[in-house]
Amino acid sequence: MKEALSLIQRLSAHPDSRCWFVSWSPNGTLLASCGGDKTIRIWGKEGDSWICKNVLQDGHQRTVRKVAWSPCGNYLASASFDATTCIWKKKNDDFESLTVLEGHENEVKCVAWAPSGNLLATCSRDKSVWVWEVDEEDEYECVTVVNSHTQDVKHVVWHPTQELLASASYDNNICLYKEEDDDWECRATLQGHTSTVWSLCFDADGQRLASCSDDRTVKIWREYPAESGQDLSWKCVCTLSGYHGRAVYDVSWCRLTGALATASGDDAVRVFKEDETANPEEPVFSLAAQVARAHNQDVNCVSWNPKEAGFLASCSDNGEIAIWKFQEEE
Amino acid sequence: MSEGTRLENANPVIFQRSGDRVQTASEEDEDVHDPIDDREIFDILSINDPEHPLSLEELNVVEQVRVKVNDAESTVGIEFTPTIPHCSMATLIGLSIKVKLLRSLPDRFKIDVCITPGTHASEEAVNKQLADKERVAAALENASLLEVVNQCLSTRSI
Repeated sequence: MKEALSLIQRLSAHPDSRCWFVSWSPNGTLLASCGGDKTIRIWGKEGDSWICKNVLQDGHQRTVRKVAWSPCGNYLASASFDATTCIWKKKNDDFESLTVLEGHENEVKCVAWAPSGNLLATCSRDKSVWVWEVDEEDEYECVTVVNSHTQDVKHVVWHPTQELLASASYDNNICLYKEEDDDWECRATLQGHTSTVWSLCFDADGQRLASCSDDRTVKIWREYPAESGQDLSWKCVCTLSGYHGRAVYDVSWCRLTGALATASGDDAVRVFKEDETANPEEPVFSLAAQVARAHNQDVNCVSWNPKEAGFLASCSDNGEIAIWKFQEEE
Repeated sequence: MSEGTRLENANPVIFQRSGDRVQTASEEDEDVHDPIDDREIFDILSINDPEHPLSLEELNVVEQVRVKVNDAESTVGIEFTPTIPHCSMATLIGLSIKVKLLRSLPDRFKIDVCITPGTHASEEAVNKQLADKERVAAALENASLLEVVNQCLSTRSI
């Protein structure tokens, strides 16, 4: 193996707690993290090292499960077990709480902005996915509540260019939604995983979707032209199994290099590369690099920096963030 | 459980508790690396039954033979056996076992708690809940549920 993952820095981000999720700002200069200590932290680079620039507390009463930057980078949304979603506005170097979105019956598990920045999706243990519309006065209105899953909805993610939403659930399925007459509807259900689907990620052009699961596999799904009378057609074209010793909690597809990173309950961070000569109908991915003890506990999230190729952040149950550089040698 | 509430299993079979652990010479020798073994984990599981004034050991819900520890691999696997196949307390018992181990063991351990195969009607659903760390984390932020778990884990003279 010529490629390697080298550690740039390790941060004690949420001490004595879990770090559940990290998210890069769209310009790649800031990293937001959230955790069991009910806070959100903003990390930035000073000189050669990453330091904590802000701590956003008092927004949530319970664990902050996920954070998401708006496409413009001026807003941050946070999803919490306290059943609310907070919207924070960036002002110079500070963040102020703008509004609190209420409505879910219990834990909000994920929040995601559409590429236009005008739509926001949230999902919850209450089995529903909500789509919110954002107007120019920073007002948020729920436009649809969809109940297509039979269990806990773990993750939502938007297509990079189209208004297409995907969700992953404890019911082992993935749902894809499109707008139809002002209403969002489930247009396809992707079945194949044999346990909870924890996370999803589209590739750079949105033709493929990667999913990861408690069943210890990663699956790659590809869009096919819809047959007459049929809705969206997505099929599983590849399953990565045998690599992960425990649940796979997150998957991140680098928009710059096409490398696929995973976070697993076996404490490892792995990077897979695609064989570019393979038939696109039967893609082949191979393990390019892995750090078996990336963290001392479960790895919950991996995220590629959107601007700097090969720059990867991961976070863990021990409250740490690690920043890695994935190097491809000749 | 308050008096007058009808118990699901009013007359459970009660089992003899195992004796105290006998310390071996090598265990007392500070210079010998002493891996965590099945018996030590079993001893940690002195947990109260949510329904009866008995321990899980006395009800045979936990047994030493159903404790699997691999110290080198940092894994602990526990199978527990509900007293009746429709026991509504199964998730709570499993959660109490999991919490006790999370609080007692070093962070490096991966802890798997599940129902002894074939002993509960909702075995698969309970196992899936117990394996979902996000649900477990959320449950433990629920003050009333945490209080019930803590009662199961409190030391009580039996």
